[in-house]
Amino acid sequence: MHVITRRLRRLAPQLIALAIILGVISLVAPGFLTVSVQNGRLYGSLIDILVRAAPVALLTVGMTLVIATRGIDLSIGAVIAICGAVAASLITEGYSLPVVIAISLGVGIACGLWNGVLVAILDIQPIIATLILMVAGRGIAQLITEGVILTFNDDTFSALGSGAFAGIPIPIYLWLGTALIVGLLMRRTALGFLIEATGINRRAASLAGVRARFLIFAAYAISGLCAAIAGMIVTADIRGADANNAGLWLELDAILAVVVGGTSLNGGRFSITASLIGALIIQSINTGILVSGFPPEFNLIIKAGIIIIVLTLQSPAVMTLLGFMKFSRRRETLTHGTKEATR
Amino acid sequence: MIHARNLPFITTLAIFVIAYALCVLQFPNMLSTRVIGNLLTDNAFLGIAAVGMTFVILSSGIDLSVGSVIAFTSVFVAVMVGSFGVHPLTAFIAALVISTLFGCLMGAMIRYLLIPPFVVTLAGMFLARGAAYLVSTESVPITHEFIDAMMGFYIRFPGGGRLTLLAMIMLAVFIAGIFIASRTRFGANVYAIGGNIQSAELMGVPVGSTTIRIYALSGFLSGLAGIVYTLYTSSGYSLATVGVELDAIAAVVIGGTLLTGGVGLIAGTFVGILLQGLIQTYIVFDGTLSSWWTKIVIGILLFVFIVLQRTIIWYSNRQLAVRQLKEV
Amino acid sequence: MSAQHALLEARGIGKSFFGIPALDEVDFTLGRGEIHALLGENGAGKSTLIKILTGVYRRDRGTIALDGNEVSPEDVGQAQALGIGTVYQEVNLLENLTVAENLFLGRQPRRFGMIDRRAMREQSKALLARYGLNIDVDALLASYSVAIRQLIAIARAVDLSGKVLVLDEPTASLDANEVKGLFSVLRQLREEGLGIVIITHFLDQVYEIADRVTVLRNGRLVGSRALSELPRLELISMMLGRELQHITREHQAEPETVDERGAPSIRFQNYGKKGSVAPFDLDIRPGEVVGVAGLLGSGRTETAFLLFGIDRADSGTATIDGAQANISSPEAAIASGFGFCPEERKTDGIVGDLSVADNIVLALQASRGWMRPISSAQKRELADAFIKSLDIRPADRERPIKFLSGGNQQKAILARWLVTEPRLLILDEPTRGIDIGAHAEILKMIERLCSEGMSLIVISSELEELTAVAHRVVVLSDRRHVAELSGSQLTTDAIIEAIAGTGRTEAA
Repeated sequence: MHVITRRLRRLAPQLIALAIILGVISLVAPGFLTVSVQNGRLYGSLIDILVRAAPVALLTVGMTLVIATRGIDLSIGAVIAICGAVAASLITEGYSLPVVIAISLGVGIACGLWNGVLVAILDIQPIIATLILMVAGRGIAQLITEGVILTFNDDTFSALGSGAFAGIPIPIYLWLGTALIVGLLMRRTALGFLIEATGINRRAASLAGVRARFLIFAAYAISGLCAAIAGMIVTADIRGADANNAGLWLELDAILAVVVGGTSLNGGRFSITASLIGALIIQSINTGILVSGFPPEFNLIIKAGIIIIVLTLQSPAVMTLLGFMKFSRRRETLTHGTKEATR
Repeated sequence: MIHARNLPFITTLAIFVIAYALCVLQFPNMLSTRVIGNLLTDNAFLGIAAVGMTFVILSSGIDLSVGSVIAFTSVFVAVMVGSFGVHPLTAFIAALVISTLFGCLMGAMIRYLLIPPFVVTLAGMFLARGAAYLVSTESVPITHEFIDAMMGFYIRFPGGGRLTLLAMIMLAVFIAGIFIASRTRFGANVYAIGGNIQSAELMGVPVGSTTIRIYALSGFLSGLAGIVYTLYTSSGYSLATVGVELDAIAAVVIGGTLLTGGVGLIAGTFVGILLQGLIQTYIVFDGTLSSWWTKIVIGILLFVFIVLQRTIIWYSNRQLAVRQLKEV
Repeated sequence: MSAQHALLEARGIGKSFFGIPALDEVDFTLGRGEIHALLGENGAGKSTLIKILTGVYRRDRGTIALDGNEVSPEDVGQAQALGIGTVYQEVNLLENLTVAENLFLGRQPRRFGMIDRRAMREQSKALLARYGLNIDVDALLASYSVAIRQLIAIARAVDLSGKVLVLDEPTASLDANEVKGLFSVLRQLREEGLGIVIITHFLDQVYEIADRVTVLRNGRLVGSRALSELPRLELISMMLGRELQHITREHQAEPETVDERGAPSIRFQNYGKKGSVAPFDLDIRPGEVVGVAGLLGSGRTETAFLLFGIDRADSGTATIDGAQANISSPEAAIASGFGFCPEERKTDGIVGDLSVADNIVLALQASRGWMRPISSAQKRELADAFIKSLDIRPADRERPIKFLSGGNQQKAILARWLVTEPRLLILDEPTRGIDIGAHAEILKMIERLCSEGMSLIVISSELEELTAVAHRVVVLSDRRHVAELSGSQLTTDAIIEAIAGTGRTEAA
């Protein structure tokens, strides 16, 4: 099978789902698909989806890797708050932009490494290990902002959230760029392969000489890094750090995006692209409900409904049923083949 | 005889007693029945939800929908009573039926579609919160003579403290939970499933019906917690109780229940709730500490207990290995 | 009345999975007070038959009669209620519950609807006393050894069911003494009129304990015979069909004795770890096969874990070509040119969801580090070469390895190490649980590898296999290396004597 057709087949369910959702929205809300240029900058609902998806998409990149190692990272919403708080407080204290960015990213990586220590060294279940930072993280963020919404006025930094370059909003560059770099890092080196092996069977992988601990560390560190970038975008966008609400429940959206993207929560084979399409699906639903004039109260219900349908279709029970049908079809050709072979 | 598996519970209890003693040393007033009564009342809804969460976690599952179900129930009851003039008792029963069925549904999805509990209850969390928004996005106050009568019912302690009806409901739920967990076949089945679901199935445990009943129980108790929360705040608000499931999970873990399932005590969860309440009370008494310290301290406690549990498991495995070595 | 009928009678049982027949027209009859061995190679259909009898699977065709009445157990609980109890090999009882809770799970004695813990304790004690067990029933199951857990499981199954007891590989992880204890319990149960079905790989044990044997092959019934009139050779040929001669020839074609193979290139001196294996010396020469023999729990696998750096040695030194080597982790061992095929293939060996090709290149990729990926062309080439040379079937490198049979998985794991071109390959039970054909091929390959100059350490519980393939055999007992046999000394009898000899001195 050709590589590209195989990859397309892997992405087909997510692409079809996205197309259907966009199609339905454009029926309800005409003009949804139009993209216009104003003041040399692209505008339109589709662009809006790509911009608004930035935080979730960034988290999704890291979360995909963590889930591939058979982990989960509940703390990234809180890490967004922490990094946002760090960035805001550094800016208000007058540090230069590169310093602010470097320190914020460093804090994100440190948060990821903390999770990595708990999971890889102390062997604590990931869901529990990251719960600690999820609970404590917002407290830490509030400690940094001293309980207030820390606002600032710095146009260069806020460009990260609301600026544009060559007509395209900067958040889009940030998440696409991050996804591209991480994706290349995974597939052009052996990292992706080794992470998959670790996620499927950590013990067997270790016995084959795979340094599972290092890989788990790497996954959580990248997850923390992605959360830090997301945290800066969120903070830059509203020109302030809200320790209570920044990134609230975004980790759950990211997990859903990964699940919708078809990567198993049991770890193993992963596709960052599919997860990102999952993130776009979720953001399309959010934006779609908004532009199609439904009362916002319906937002969660519709989202939950769609998610439940997707989950049911992807559930192991339904998959086994589908696999059974596929298998019995394949078997016919198989028995054919063996008959000929024995002849 | 002290089993290694009860050690986390005993540790929690010891930490609570020591922490409480230290608090009392600093603020002698914290020993008063008033403080204790308030602590129980303030945490009543959380405690009730945490009992359900304990059962779920004992079966090695998780229920993220708790906070949303509480919000839904509270806004549902408030609208029924406040806007439609339904008798509170009828509204309570309707709310409990809905939340229990909701739990059943999630249990069935977990069991029959084989989707992980984490994901199912995450979808359930969105669904329940969305349903709450549909009922009303406003904060709906309720007043009803029946509710006033309920809130007026309390037992007075010597020293001015009150054991309110809400606290009594929570204590009753804990006592019932302790009995269900330790003295019924359902309880034994929950531990069995949490220990090893395949073995449990091969030993004839009805895994399907037990799973559904576990989540139904959690749904029911979330509903009850929602009613208690409505009484406590005299209103229903669909944006309330966000993240209560995390507090409940924290209480369960701090109470010594293994998140991997199969090991833990309902009584431990009670101590976990008390410990969380104690932290909040201390911060109020201190006055200079900011509220976010609650979260940080709970995070630290979680860390300490999780590491403690790891150590115990590691230690008892080693003991076993040493013993088997001696047998050889 | 009921004496006219056999206790359990299955007729014409058929079952297929996804259209592939697993059992075809199988009859099985179990009498009262009979111990009935169910034999067959892997994939013969033993476990399918057992699962149908005990309600785990539903049959497609055929009838099952218990005491002459037709039954169709729909799940394990129903089969138990009918009187058919099972003790499985691994997934057994629940370690997080106490002994009493395990014994009475699902049927706890109750008073006023509440579990009566005191009654449960008393009844548990009484129940276990029948099996000569006097233990604290309120202690966690996890605190007892496998042998005791097995007896508890049997006590539960018999108490629950009372007519038929099915034992799936009950002796797989017991030592000789524990097997003896288990068998005396089984004899006692036979006296009480129970029908017992036992699945086992150990023919000695079949002859020791069973009255009758039923042999399955490829999902079909080969025959059912009384053991008293069935010579051993005939039983083996029933199990293996025509392949028997092939096997015996394979084993005889190994006249090799140890010769001068030059200086040892890998030396372990005073190497050991407290609580795992007592310090030992081991020299390995190029092109030499060193066998490791011993009973289960004698420290065989522990020795392998030490040599491969999975467990860290706390005494002694390792030298390779005269230079000190620090083998503190599998990565370090691999860097020194070691490879290790573990005994537990499913949990320690294969990475199930990855393809055969990915599994084959895993160790090589790991040793190159993540920054130097193996290109997909290179991977294809390597995988195809080894699929061909080891005859891995089906010859599809993209197929997830979990869909391969045990023997082919084992070959793929071997290939994983062969691509790293190791100087020392450690094989822990390389032929366990794989079919006869692959078995012979793997033995042949061991020979070929050592003739190419590779050193091998082969751990095996099949002594004949060891004496056939190894130049030297290290014998372990009680986690100590007790003897090293080579040349004309190297016979199965000598190995058994070496194991037994230390037992005697221990007792004295």
